[in-house]
Amino acid sequence: MDFVNAIILLLNYIFVPALSYGSQLALGAIFVTLIYGILRFANFATGDMMSFGTMFVILFTWYFQSVGINLGVFPTALLAIPFAVIFMVSYMLIIDKFVFKYYRIKKSPPVQLAMVSIGVMFVTQAVVRIIIGPSDRRFFDGEKFLIKAGEFKEMTGLNEGLAIKSTQVITIIVTLILVSTLFWFLNKTKTGKSMRAYSDNEDLALLSGIDPKKIVITTWIIAGILATIGGALYGLDKSFKPFTYFNNMLPIFAAAIVGGIGNPFGAFLGGYVIAFSEILLTYAYRKFFMYVLPESMEPDGLVQLLSTDYKFAVSFSILVIVLLYRPSGIFKGKVL
Amino acid sequence: MRKNLNVIAAYSIMMGLIILVGIFQSWNIALSIFNLCLISAVMTMGANIQWGYAGLINFGIMGFTALGGLAAVLISVDPVQEAWSAGGSNILFSLFLIIAMVLAVRYILKNYKKSKNRTYIVAAIIILGIVIIRFISEPGIEAIEDVEPAKTGFLGGLGLPIIFSWVVGAFFAGGLAFVIGKVALGLRADYLAIATLLISEIVIAIIKHEDWLTRGVKNVIGLKRPAPYEVNLQETEWFINLVEKFNSGKLALISDITERQAALNQFVIEGSSVFVKLCYSGLFLVVVIILLILTQKALYSPWGRMMRAIRDNEEAANAMGKNVVKQHLLIFVLGSAIVGIAGAMLVTQDGLFTPGSYRPLRYTFLIWVMVIVGGSGNNFGAILGGFVVWFLWIEAAPIGLYLVNLTTAGLDDTHFLKVHLIESVPYFRFLMMGVGLLVIMRYRPKGILPEKIEIK
Repeated sequence: MDFVNAIILLLNYIFVPALSYGSQLALGAIFVTLIYGILRFANFATGDMMSFGTMFVILFTWYFQSVGINLGVFPTALLAIPFAVIFMVSYMLIIDKFVFKYYRIKKSPPVQLAMVSIGVMFVTQAVVRIIIGPSDRRFFDGEKFLIKAGEFKEMTGLNEGLAIKSTQVITIIVTLILVSTLFWFLNKTKTGKSMRAYSDNEDLALLSGIDPKKIVITTWIIAGILATIGGALYGLDKSFKPFTYFNNMLPIFAAAIVGGIGNPFGAFLGGYVIAFSEILLTYAYRKFFMYVLPESMEPDGLVQLLSTDYKFAVSFSILVIVLLYRPSGIFKGKVL
Repeated sequence: MRKNLNVIAAYSIMMGLIILVGIFQSWNIALSIFNLCLISAVMTMGANIQWGYAGLINFGIMGFTALGGLAAVLISVDPVQEAWSAGGSNILFSLFLIIAMVLAVRYILKNYKKSKNRTYIVAAIIILGIVIIRFISEPGIEAIEDVEPAKTGFLGGLGLPIIFSWVVGAFFAGGLAFVIGKVALGLRADYLAIATLLISEIVIAIIKHEDWLTRGVKNVIGLKRPAPYEVNLQETEWFINLVEKFNSGKLALISDITERQAALNQFVIEGSSVFVKLCYSGLFLVVVIILLILTQKALYSPWGRMMRAIRDNEEAANAMGKNVVKQHLLIFVLGSAIVGIAGAMLVTQDGLFTPGSYRPLRYTFLIWVMVIVGGSGNNFGAILGGFVVWFLWIEAAPIGLYLVNLTTAGLDDTHFLKVHLIESVPYFRFLMMGVGLLVIMRYRPKGILPEKIEIK
């Protein structure tokens, strides 16, 4: 029986990866939820918009690397993010002006806007692939590990190593800063409050003199920041590939709905719910039980609830269950 | 006649384009485009029934297509005897347990009042059932997958002609649609879209990773064909004579006998693959025409009127005593079944089943572009959409290449911009689809051939 080793094992293989993956999902989910709550449509271009922003992060990173600017132990991409955000936001505003605005003014049903967003998805995907190509790209530089497994073992004298990648720490810290700023903005500032009012009851908000144009522009700006940073963090942690980003749209949607769509705090927690359940259900617990149980009771199999092939399926099943039993999401979003 | 002028014009232009491809590129390419256009048309008809008739969004088309493809495998592949004897009994017993579990849950849900205890019991039955089923099926699955993993490693199918799978595929897809419909149809439109999209991903995940059933990513190749094989055709007497007759003019120009024989052989090889494709075209055309007749009849029947009433105003239709929930479920099942037929047709034509190739962009979103561009609610429009969009999807690369060469004509051949653009020509199809969809949605929101309902 060795509880310390067992806990380190879980930390290393479940907690830390799930926390960073959850943060990346959470940023995307808040993006989806904001668009849904304020502009009132399900944005199927989510994944591709994120890859669009990440593409600019990569392009700027390459530029900075070529002129020899770097941040030492930190990845250069952090420096590139602000510039990429500018491009991303202007792209979103252009799309809004030429595509979404027309339907918003016409008060088209949300379904039609969702269809339009599929058109935007195709175009964005094409632009990304034409500019940067469909292949897998890594743009991480700087120090890779904060704590290496071997060093940790030496330091503590335990059997199990704990490896923490610097990208994981950066992801979690950046997410926390970004999300707390966002909540401060939504809850404390005048613009943020008017955004919430607009999301809650459009007519009443317009009646009390809230300028819808300003709301829409602010929403796209926040969405652009979230999409770029969320995409860049995912790309730093894993790698950038347009197709993976398109697929990431699905767990992001799941996170947004599980949390209660239209509710940013729900989306934030939904990201972690999805990430943790994906990893908890597909992890093989054999080693954990070897540490915790006495030797005579050691399990033979992998003690894995589901094979890792079903990682995505887990989050979707959670979504289906939530939709069935609590359609407004765990944290009460807009009621269907 | 005049009323239908735009339909006739649109279809003749489409046919003209395909014939142009035949003349300028090759008849082989033209026919393969035509065949896939027909399959796409069947898929769009399925989606159109759901969206155009009833206003239901189904983003799970990929899942139903894949189930149709699975049906083709399960019907046409010969059964693998060793695999059945190795683990067949375990699988059958698990299947029996699953059915028993579902029945038990249903029984409890039906006969006991809603309470906390009931929920716990149902949850306990499901969890216990899954654990037991895993214990029983695990050794069976392992044994099956160990039977010549490079060649089989799965249970195989029934060994029947592949044509039957078109019907079975419809039943598979319809069955899944029934389950999904029971679960998800109460959701609001955009939630339904997301839910079906995610469920179709689950279906693909299962097909990809349950190797004992589908061989998973190892793919099933060499499925039986309803059409003759090229190699056999090239040796048949009557076919060679036929080709000779067709090309007699060209052959007569060649005086040398050996050269003429070589030319004839060339013609026979080309002709055989054209002939096989023509066989498929014939089969697919029959399906499309039957479906078209049935859907047109349905559209103008009292049932079609009721569906439109439900689509346009659910509350009013409900108040008139129409059972909206039931009709929605019915039309969801029917539309999905048609998509299932298309999935089986697709695998039949390719002769192989590759679960890895089912991607939402190609099998869900592209089909939706077809429905919207063609004209939702109008069957002729939906078919036309399938043709136009698939044609552009294939021909986008040549068109893109032409445009790139035109715009960068002033640049050197090795200029980095030109090289980069030429490399990214395949992605112009996405751009074309996106821009096409946006333009149609904006300026012709009802599609190329809009819905026309005459009220008499």
